[in-house]
Amino acid sequence: MNFDFTEDQHEIKRTARELLAKRSGVEQIREAAESEAYDESLFTELRELGWTGIAIDEQYGGAGLGVVELMILCEELGYSLAASPFLANALGGLMIEHAGSDEQRAKWLPGIASGEATATVAFSSGGTAEVVPDADGAAVIVLIDGEEATLIAREDAKVEPLTTIDPTRRYARVSASGGEPLPGDVAGALARAEVALSAEMVGIAQRTQEMAIEYAKERKQFDTPIGAFQAISHRCAQMLFDTEGARSATYFGGWAADADESQLAFASSIAKAAASEAALSVTASSIQVHGGIGFTWEADVHWFFKRAQLDVAMLGGTGKQRARVTQLTAASLATAGGA
Amino acid sequence: MDLTFNESESAFRDELRAWIKANHPGEEPAGEDEGYAFRRDWQRQLYEAGWAAVHWPTEFGGRDATLVEAAIFNEELARARAPFPANVLGLLLAGPTLMIWGDEEQKQRYLDPIMSGDEIWCQGFSEPEAGSDLASLKSKAVRDGDDWLITGQKVWTSGAQYSKWCMFVARTDFDAPKHKGLTYFILDMEQEGVEIRPLRQITGDPEFNELFLENARVPNANVLGGEGNGWTVALTTLMNERAGLAFGLQVGMTVALDELTEQLAAAGKLDDPMIADELGALRIKCEILRLTAYRGLTATMKYGQPGPEGSLTKWMWSQGNQELMQFATKALGPQALTGSSTWGRAMLRSRGNSIEGGTTEVLKNIIAERVLGLPRKK
Repeated sequence: MNFDFTEDQHEIKRTARELLAKRSGVEQIREAAESEAYDESLFTELRELGWTGIAIDEQYGGAGLGVVELMILCEELGYSLAASPFLANALGGLMIEHAGSDEQRAKWLPGIASGEATATVAFSSGGTAEVVPDADGAAVIVLIDGEEATLIAREDAKVEPLTTIDPTRRYARVSASGGEPLPGDVAGALARAEVALSAEMVGIAQRTQEMAIEYAKERKQFDTPIGAFQAISHRCAQMLFDTEGARSATYFGGWAADADESQLAFASSIAKAAASEAALSVTASSIQVHGGIGFTWEADVHWFFKRAQLDVAMLGGTGKQRARVTQLTAASLATAGGA
Repeated sequence: MDLTFNESESAFRDELRAWIKANHPGEEPAGEDEGYAFRRDWQRQLYEAGWAAVHWPTEFGGRDATLVEAAIFNEELARARAPFPANVLGLLLAGPTLMIWGDEEQKQRYLDPIMSGDEIWCQGFSEPEAGSDLASLKSKAVRDGDDWLITGQKVWTSGAQYSKWCMFVARTDFDAPKHKGLTYFILDMEQEGVEIRPLRQITGDPEFNELFLENARVPNANVLGGEGNGWTVALTTLMNERAGLAFGLQVGMTVALDELTEQLAAAGKLDDPMIADELGALRIKCEILRLTAYRGLTATMKYGQPGPEGSLTKWMWSQGNQELMQFATKALGPQALTGSSTWGRAMLRSRGNSIEGGTTEVLKNIIAERVLGLPRKK
């Protein structure tokens, strides 16, 4: 029993943290958000570092590492709120790698791994997905409708760019008819995608927690740093509670994806539910700790709050995860009792 | 990351599981005294088979178990619905404190009877005027030749009526700053100057006691860790409290949640989406507690001492367990509140969870100041 990362994994985390601090600081986030355009050179750099292919099999040009390594990167990308199609591409890649046919993998994974022909994924109903991350720039789109997933080439889909409350990421409405079904384990692939998405939310929660604490140490009212007031400090303690809980669950999900598939459905549900709650509560609470300044455009905490809102809605809401957790535990208790 | 048990951890678990299966004492009898005697017999059984204090070093009769193995011990006991040993405060708190602060003679004298359950220990820390502000305690010890005479009052002393010894913190220097004037004593409970009064709690049970001391006598040889060093010694006890108890509590919550899920399933209530939703939310909290507790063990094994993060799991447990019990009584319907059900009583008992062993408010202060580095509270 060991919850620690390996030395290599720690190194990935350190490298990502350092690079993104330089390449996706608050200035760069603001610039990307206000111009509603990505800094193309950031994604190019991530591609050239091989990040886009981190969890993709070597035969398709990836690094052949696991969901744990991808999760580490996603957490750091959330922490830095990097404006890039990285997450959508990674989630789409997980779907095709784990639910696609050999032919689909051979066709799409090399472009996803190199980042030159990216993917995305979203829930859809009757061939339409209302809000799809980074669909406009993608080469391939995976639509999940119930237990089925369909793969659609970009040129075969109608893609209508949208504005959302989150200007740090590009979204679009996608509609398509036909497409190729993904014949493999859609649920398993989706569970991996949920873990990667959860990791981004853990990073968002961690960063906004740190922003709140930093502010609470500096900001003085009544001649006192506001962090010395329990109304504020207990709110900050709650942020730690929510963030660390979400992190425990997400790391469990990453581990299950790589090491114990029998626990993956349970683990990924817990991860998505906990990370969603943490991302919502911590970003909102961070705005509150910042007081009036937190409500201004300049405070930067709102970019994280907005991204969190869209992330939580991605790949199904918390209610679905909770219902699945109950269903899975009731089934496993019934089996244990019957045995 | 490896969230499975390694070979030696698995072997430890399998051996223990087989032993519990072969030696399970059965259902605990009703009645406080009967239950206590039953758990004391159970501890004797554990002791004779070498299972009573797995986390203790072998030189003191333990198994030198790793933190993970100690967690497995608690998990397996709870999973088998076997009772915890009677002398739980001796095993988890007094023993480890004696190992760090006791002199050779004290270790030789006290450790073995703790393990066997021959001598039960209780904890005399809290006072009516010193709860969260423990260091302001007023029980007074004055020198009388080679002895100390202690006068004062303690509260929330569980198991006092069964105890031979008490971990007792008293003020020996009234001129020193409040944290500096304290001394930690090993107090003999079997003497005239010690009066025990049961303290009836909201469940109606007297699980705790009040202690009234009037010139209770303690030989100077029973000072633990030196005169004036009581606060530091007490912190050792408190750190062990939060770190050690978390696993047993976490498993207790899982077992209760499993039972509730089974009862709701049997009643056909899992099809109700509101119930399925709340039950899912509770399961998620319960699982997060387990995972976070194991993450804490990994950190402790990597960096040494248990840190203030133990406050986080204690908070997670108390909040989760209270929500669980409140939800159980709601979901099962009003019959859960009748005398024929155990849920109503368990729900009442859970209100104490966020107070005992450090109130949630104090835990938040610890997290804010010592984990997050926020300035000291106003």
